[in-house]
Amino acid sequence: MALAVFVVVALIAWEMARGAMPSIQAFGWRFLVSTDWDPVAEKFGALPYLFGTAVSSTLALLLAVPLGLGTAVYLVELAPASVGAAVGFVVELLAAIPSIVYGLWGLFVLAPFLRAAVEPWLIAHLGFLPLFRGYPFGIGMLNAGIVLAVMVVPTIVSISREVLASMPRSLREAALALGATRAEAIAVTLDAARPGILGAVILALGRALGETMAVTMVIGNTNRISASLLAPGATMASIIANEFTEATGKLYLSALIEIAFVLLAATLIVNAGARLLVIRTTGGRRDVAGAA
Amino acid sequence: MTSPAPPRALAPRLAHGPSARRRAADLGATLSCHLAAAVVIVPLALIAWHLLRMGLGGLSLEFFVRLPKPVGELGGGMANAIVGTGLLVGIATLVAVPVGVGAGLFLAEYGDGRLGTLVRATADIMSGVPSIVVGVAVYGLVVVPMGRFSALAGGLALAIIMLPTIVRSTEEVVRLVPRSYREAALALGAPRWRVIHDVVLPAASGGVITAVLLALARAAGETAPLLFTALGSRFWSVAIDRPIASLPVYIFDYARAPYDDWNRQAWTGALVLLMLVTVVSAMVRLTTRGVARR
Repeated sequence: MALAVFVVVALIAWEMARGAMPSIQAFGWRFLVSTDWDPVAEKFGALPYLFGTAVSSTLALLLAVPLGLGTAVYLVELAPASVGAAVGFVVELLAAIPSIVYGLWGLFVLAPFLRAAVEPWLIAHLGFLPLFRGYPFGIGMLNAGIVLAVMVVPTIVSISREVLASMPRSLREAALALGATRAEAIAVTLDAARPGILGAVILALGRALGETMAVTMVIGNTNRISASLLAPGATMASIIANEFTEATGKLYLSALIEIAFVLLAATLIVNAGARLLVIRTTGGRRDVAGAA
Repeated sequence: MTSPAPPRALAPRLAHGPSARRRAADLGATLSCHLAAAVVIVPLALIAWHLLRMGLGGLSLEFFVRLPKPVGELGGGMANAIVGTGLLVGIATLVAVPVGVGAGLFLAEYGDGRLGTLVRATADIMSGVPSIVVGVAVYGLVVVPMGRFSALAGGLALAIIMLPTIVRSTEEVVRLVPRSYREAALALGAPRWRVIHDVVLPAASGGVITAVLLALARAAGETAPLLFTALGSRFWSVAIDRPIASLPVYIFDYARAPYDDWNRQAWTGALVLLMLVTVVSAMVRLTTRGVARR
């Protein structure tokens, strides 16, 4: 039975490699830097999707890391037990909501709100930055980033919380005894917990990279690269979700499978790094398999 | 919390406490942590509110027992999708539980060597594989050889999603069974496999069931792995070698459709899906209540 776990992972990797082969042979490394996406001429390049995945994930982390870390510190150091339990429960619930429900909410609630209120304001006041130029669509990178942030916050909170709780109390007590304020004592603990927290962030990144449904619903799905966060885009996962069943032609399908292959490789590297960091910081006391 | 006052003779400067600047920084940092926790709660409240507001109206008996109507006709339900999700999750559970619990038992009982470390790492890798990639792989491994989309392929894809959670949680709960149980059974002359089968597994069964339910709740909400495996269907079907409808895929299709009535049904579908997931999670909470968490 234990070997079955190997077999499944090996089969997935093998199938990806096999399926991607025609595309790899046809396009080589150019696949990763080309912006072509022309099913009729059978010319494919993944750059817009690599870009979209990178931007939406980065945006998600920029929003989620301060919030998640603040919440983790609040839960471990500041919250009264009852409030802490309630907030912890809410965070667990956030992790349990299916991705499709986030997508629905992003599409029908967040998008109109962004279009009517947030994006016009950004364009009017920060429009001098290329980041906030364009037309307020509601759907696009910004929407995807916000939805992704909400989705990865639970990962950051739950793992940072474990990591912070595993730090020796003496660290904090020593800082307080030297006359540090509470925030300064927390900073000492945070400093010691840094590798583990970094692990939590990278694990959240892994989740954001592979997230499909919610992003597909709110990102707008165009294969243009735009500097503006307000513009629609596409990610590696969303292009697969959108076009896989419609892909006619061997090379078209193979190009999509190669994108899946690249996505798989990226998440594996990211996850492996994150786990090493978390395990090193907590001394293997707590594994994080379930929390991801 | 209050820190004990420092002895005055040792630290005359501290007698006045931290400087105003440091106190302000302290206050600012503490407040922002409170604020962060408050902001994190907001999305849940908003999502719950909108789900109820937009989805509750469509919730009726009809939704659970009727089939979808053709475009243009109002009404209809998602009976086929609800049954389809049940069937898909059922197939996934049938496949994932024996494999996952077996592997988890192996890790807990024999997993201290090289092989154990390797299996553990592989399970962790598996939990990080994006679900859309699982869908693409199962498409190539099952759908293409079979020649068509099927409930079986969808169930297998969901099983792969469930597997790592079951493996690692089973290992954790089996490790919690006290050594003395095993030693007592061994002392009575039971062979190792009987010890595991008749003593360890029953003792851990509550935790294992919890693990399975958690994995099941997550799998029930998965959409991406089903898109190219179970595909979807507008008809009543319980055949495992045919395409089958599922709630998440329905929500996806209906949300993107340009019809108001379909969009409304997508909200109702999401509400039903979330209720299913919540019921399962509540069952988990009930079964784990009283069981001391590590």
